[in-house]
Amino acid sequence: MSEEIEFDTAGITKKFMYVNRKAPYGTIYALEVLEAVLISAAFEQHAAIVFIDDGVYQIKKGQDTAAINMKNFSKTYGIIEMEKEDADEDEDMDMVWRIIVEKESMEARGLSADDFVVDVEVLPSAELAKVMAEQDVVISG
Amino acid sequence: MAYEVGGKTFESDEEGYLVDLASWNEELAGLIAKDEEIDMTDEHWEVVNFLRDYYNEYQIAPAVRVLVKAIKKKFGAEKGSNKYLYELFPYGPAKQACKIAGLPKPTGCV
Amino acid sequence: MIHTINKSPFERNSLDSCLRLSEKGSPILLLEDGVYAATKGTSVSGTVGTATGEHPMFVMGPDLQARGIAEDQVMDGITVVDYGGFVDLVVEHGTVQSWL
Repeated sequence: MSEEIEFDTAGITKKFMYVNRKAPYGTIYALEVLEAVLISAAFEQHAAIVFIDDGVYQIKKGQDTAAINMKNFSKTYGIIEMEKEDADEDEDMDMVWRIIVEKESMEARGLSADDFVVDVEVLPSAELAKVMAEQDVVISG
Repeated sequence: MAYEVGGKTFESDEEGYLVDLASWNEELAGLIAKDEEIDMTDEHWEVVNFLRDYYNEYQIAPAVRVLVKAIKKKFGAEKGSNKYLYELFPYGPAKQACKIAGLPKPTGCV
Repeated sequence: MIHTINKSPFERNSLDSCLRLSEKGSPILLLEDGVYAATKGTSVSGTVGTATGEHPMFVMGPDLQARGIAEDQVMDGITVVDYGGFVDLVVEHGTVQSWL
């Protein structure tokens, strides 16, 4: 158990980007990145969670995995949205979270911003490239 | 391993976590709590029910940090602390409360 | 012979290779991440639409459901099957070529 350990991260705030490029159930990448995001939330860092290419399918609405016997983790992305809301509301906390979908990837798959289980910023690739270039750490899957 | 309640058998893993979380009921929770040497009070149930609701919504148990924050939001500042949760569940709120709630062992917990 | 594709058409060229190397009239089954190819209004819809004119095409229902693709989002000319339907197709058509 790690509850009683206090992590002193005061003064160290980096910009983390999590790049999701894989569809949710065919490989383990999506779930692994999601777990990394959830763990890193404890360290109060800046985070940009990005969905490009088939990664946009991770947050598609209406997933029901009962028939393929796998865990439907699309619901778990709600925690990311909650963390983002907390970060936005808490003025004492220097933490900025963004949830971004690349416009080109979304459109190539016939999807729109309403098709996702969380509220997202839709950015064209040129703008997303700028955000990516600003990061201190990029974790991709 | 298994629990027996009212003539029915509920399978658990070797650490006592329920295998089929849909089979959970309050009577069974009481039995698991007894094994954990916890006397269930309203305050215990608050946490256990919160964990079950959270799991239903997000398909994952919350990290302790998230649990503390959420309990604080829902039940007030005096309950939103590590200390309060450890008083209720001395061997760790994640570990014990999740077990009683019939949820899988939290993964983020080493 | 029946052809199966279990990779996303946006990530791999399995769909293209399958269409290049399968005879007209032989059935194609989309499953797992391959089911994304069956969605209406994507950048591969043109390719898939042409294929439905040349092959009997099928898609796995449980895999659509898991990925949140409703049946009304599936392109015309593609039949939704379940696991039993998959077995029937294999029994009927014998050899399976899996485009992985």
